[in-house]
Amino acid sequence: MQAESSRAWGLAHHFDNFEQQREASYLGMWVFLVTEIMFFGGLFTAYVVYRSANARAFALGSKELDIGLGAFNTAVLIGSSLTMALAVWAAQQGRRKQIALFLVLTILLGGVFLGVKVVEYEAKIDHHLLPGPDFHFEVTEVDEILGVQEGNVQMFFNLYFAMTGLHALHMIIGIGVLLVMVVLALRGSFSRENHNLVECMGLYWHFVDIIWIFLFPLLYLLGRNL
Amino acid sequence: MQARRVHYLNVDYGVKSWLLTKDHKRIAILYLVSISFFFAIGGMMAALIRLELATPAGDLVQPDVYNRLFTAHGVIMIFLFLIPSIPAVLGNFLIPIMIGAKDLAFPKLNLASWYVYNLGAALMMWALLRGGADTGWTFYTPYSSMYANSEVILTALGAFIVGFSSIMTGINFIVTIHRMRAPGLTWFRLPLFVWAHYATSLIQVLGTPVVAIAILLVAAERLLHIGIFDPALGGDPVLFQHLFWFYSHPAVYIMILPSMGVMSELITAFSRKRIFGYRFVAFSSLAIAVLGFLVWGHHLFVASQSVLAGVIFSVLTMLVAVPSAVKVFNWTATLYKGSISWETPMLYAIGYVGLFVIGGLTGTMLATLGFDIHVHDTYFVVSHFHYIMVGGAVMGYLGGLHFWWPKITGRLYPAFWSKISALLIFVGFNLTFFPQFVVGYLGMPRRYHAYPEEFQVLNVLSSAGATVLAVGYLLPTIYFIWSMRYGERAGSNPWGAYGLEWQIPSPPPTHNFEEKPVVTTEAYDYYTLKEKRVA
Ligand SMILES: [Cu+2]
Repeated sequence: MQAESSRAWGLAHHFDNFEQQREASYLGMWVFLVTEIMFFGGLFTAYVVYRSANARAFALGSKELDIGLGAFNTAVLIGSSLTMALAVWAAQQGRRKQIALFLVLTILLGGVFLGVKVVEYEAKIDHHLLPGPDFHFEVTEVDEILGVQEGNVQMFFNLYFAMTGLHALHMIIGIGVLLVMVVLALRGSFSRENHNLVECMGLYWHFVDIIWIFLFPLLYLLGRNL
Repeated sequence: MQARRVHYLNVDYGVKSWLLTKDHKRIAILYLVSISFFFAIGGMMAALIRLELATPAGDLVQPDVYNRLFTAHGVIMIFLFLIPSIPAVLGNFLIPIMIGAKDLAFPKLNLASWYVYNLGAALMMWALLRGGADTGWTFYTPYSSMYANSEVILTALGAFIVGFSSIMTGINFIVTIHRMRAPGLTWFRLPLFVWAHYATSLIQVLGTPVVAIAILLVAAERLLHIGIFDPALGGDPVLFQHLFWFYSHPAVYIMILPSMGVMSELITAFSRKRIFGYRFVAFSSLAIAVLGFLVWGHHLFVASQSVLAGVIFSVLTMLVAVPSAVKVFNWTATLYKGSISWETPMLYAIGYVGLFVIGGLTGTMLATLGFDIHVHDTYFVVSHFHYIMVGGAVMGYLGGLHFWWPKITGRLYPAFWSKISALLIFVGFNLTFFPQFVVGYLGMPRRYHAYPEEFQVLNVLSSAGATVLAVGYLLPTIYFIWSMRYGERAGSNPWGAYGLEWQIPSPPPTHNFEEKPVVTTEAYDYYTLKEKRVA
């Protein structure tokens, strides 16, 4: 039996070698992301079902969203995926300083995204578009004839806040983990052999990014020409 | 006197050594304690329900209290007992050992899952102390989201949180089975217990998040008035039913698949034979997991679903009977010409097969559209799912616990009393639930605290059976605890069974294996085992 002291630092006792440990953590992360897809999947299903039933009301809701800010945020998030990928690359090369640098950049871009989101949310609240007793949306006569009710537009905003809110929550959790990882990187906890955390976090961050890539067209773009 | 052997139980006695343990075997014990506690509470709710139903008049509890009772019974038994029972206790303890690993892939995640489970459970208990929820365990909207005047949010959030512990266990098992197998242990040499847990984990991972989001939306609707399921806003309450049953039907297989895995171990061990058709049994677990995701609509036959959808779901539901029957036939074929011994775990196994067949066949009856509409929301349905969940999952859990108890504790329990309890449980169970098939077929609806007088005889029989069942459950509690101190010491392999877990001492050392095992034989190779003994 292998003595504990002779084992490489960072290798957990129940793994035979770094490769097994690495493969296990990647697979674990992928399976976790599958659960995330199913989690968001429930909301996407609700969106598809309700949108197909109330297409015009949802289009009217879409028009209230700020497409400029949405597009800007999309670019910011894609940029943050690039810096995250660079952090993973730096980890593979064993460049500790650069890991920290790219992680900080990722955090900053994530922060910009959330900041813009706050501005957007505030505008919606000011326009009485936050679901609840204060919700108010003027439905024109023409739209009323076409079957649109105020409640149907509110449903769009229910889903808008639920979906983007859940997405933002994932960003906040991600930023929290990234902050811890910056400290770890500066302390030199990541090495060429052992940087599973960076790789796994990369997968998570790209996943959150991809969710937004779906949210943006679904919420902001579809049916704007109506 | 021999020098005291250090094993996972006596390596440290401090409370901290238990609460901060990362040893899968100790975490299994932690789970065992938790789920036994909640099983007792859920059982007490059932006792009150059966007591109320002993007479036709609603004389013991108010209707509103009765609603809270059956809700608590369902929520506790399903989320806090049945779903974690076999995976989190027996699976946790055995899977690393069965595949020749030192631990699960993520020991900290494993411990975290136990804390998350208890956090969710605590929320549910708090809700219960504040009066409990009255929606039934299904939380159907719009009643749950708009009208119910009870602790829906706390109860639902409890279920939501417990769901994450289930996901954590699932991820851990999948990764462990993929990445931690000992040299030589190919997929088709794995014990079928491991295959069953692999299939179970897939369901946990794919299904649980969907019910999680559905429950979260109900809570949001109550709390923040975001009316996702509100028809006034163009929402659809039936959407909740779809999301709910997308998980909750497969959840039945989270409960039953692990017990099927236990059965394959028990039946081979006590008939001293290889399993008949290993690959069929292994793949039938996966088939059940996959088909299980395609049948949820059979809970919506009377909920505005189109006839075409109803027919499709009906046919798909019947298809599940195929892999289930494959298992039953293969177990039976394994018994054929085996050298069968009637130890306690085997009694549970044989009882299980009988009860599961009844539960499964009535399931096929319920899958038939016309018949389902006739018995919809009657005791026929109640009886059917108790045959599956109690007759199947609980019998499997108890059978497995009796089989591996000597391995877990290093002690034997009294054979006589354990056989008596197995018998009591079998008789008590049938007496409780068989009359419910009849009374349901005659038209007694579920979830009412009073009923017409002509149903009394059958209900009294059922309540009497519940009493026998309670005694049957109490006995193991007593002799298991007794055995930990006074039970005879079990050797490493008291049953003469095959498998890696029987090749290490009981109780196992902390790291399970002194040397990494190398597997060179097929699973259940009882023939070679016998030859070795003779030689
Ligand atoms: Cu079902």
